[in-house]
Amino acid sequence: MSRLHRHSWFEADARARIAGLVDAGSFRELCGPHERLTSPHLAVLDLPVAFDDGVVVGEATLDGRPVLVGAQQGEFNGGAVGEIHGAKLRGLFERARRTRPAAVLLAIDSGGVRLHEANAGLIAISELMRALLAARAEGIPVYGLIGGSCGAFGGMGIVARLCDALVMSEEGRLGLSGPEVIETVKGVDEFDSKDRALVWRVTGGKLRRSLGDAALLVDDDVAAFRDAARTLLARPVPARDLAALAADQQALTQRAARHADARDGLDIWRALGLPDPAVIPMLDAADFNRLLAPLSPTEAA
Amino acid sequence: MERFTLSLPSTPCARADAAAALCGVVSSGNLEILVDRGSMADRCDIEVNTSAHGFRDTWEAVLADAVARHAAGGLALAINDAGATPAVVSLRLDQALEALEDRA
Repeated sequence: MSRLHRHSWFEADARARIAGLVDAGSFRELCGPHERLTSPHLAVLDLPVAFDDGVVVGEATLDGRPVLVGAQQGEFNGGAVGEIHGAKLRGLFERARRTRPAAVLLAIDSGGVRLHEANAGLIAISELMRALLAARAEGIPVYGLIGGSCGAFGGMGIVARLCDALVMSEEGRLGLSGPEVIETVKGVDEFDSKDRALVWRVTGGKLRRSLGDAALLVDDDVAAFRDAARTLLARPVPARDLAALAADQQALTQRAARHADARDGLDIWRALGLPDPAVIPMLDAADFNRLLAPLSPTEAA
Repeated sequence: MERFTLSLPSTPCARADAAAALCGVVSSGNLEILVDRGSMADRCDIEVNTSAHGFRDTWEAVLADAVARHAAGGLALAINDAGATPAVVSLRLDQALEALEDRA
């Protein structure tokens, strides 16, 4: 696709992402900004609030099939999950159990828990995880989309890996502790958060796809995310039983052992047998996916 | 946070009864503007919540300019601001109010 015709997912805000993701005009927001469900914790701290508390939730259609959609606003407090923000997402998954949509689509753009809200934020994110798993347990697939500036870290990194499958762009990042946190705790020799190329090689979408954490790697383009969501929606609902979980656990254990000495995404690409690891960060999604195809990374979920 | 409300005269907006819009995101140097139906057809009700203290005169000048440029009568604007400059505030006001005029 010509770069001129791209509409960047990274640059779009939560509402623009939803508008480009679902069927035109089909989105109906729930608990929207006009209801002014703002954070009581930020107000107590005398900090700016947002009328939607940094997350947009609602229902829509994709290819005419009903879906529920949530999108985090990365620019508002780093997309962090506060009490109201988390409750809106939890409510979305509880609604899914009642309305039984074809899928729940979650556009993640978050550093994790909103630390200003302390225990309320932690509880909110754990309730969100519980609600997500309850929806999945009832056979409703949950697909995560990661391509915003905040990536998916902390509690939202965990939420991402609770999804049935993830779509990522290279710009999107996925991890538990963010680069700055690792550097602060373990020192700059462990991880240099200022080395942006290193950060993206370690946490970015291409490595996550190579390791099987992400099911699809797409260019930073709203239409590409939409196409990927349609691809996932067209697949049969993934079966999750105890045997599949045990197999995933075994695969992850083997993966951790295999790459235990890796210091960089380059080490992992080399170990996977990719011919010229240094050029991988420069490839567009189509070339990267062609290169990766013979390896067919397992999509552990 | 500094909070204040204003009611400024403005040409009635043809779409005031159906007004419902949100423009912008609350982030450093940026703001959001929520547009709803107001109380009087020839006035624009404005509620400002800003993290920058002591700039009320500047806010009043920027808001008065905006409601003079646009038909904002019959609307209520609510603003959450995280330290946007007057130019950014003015731009967001134009976006929010032009969106209503486009649909008129």
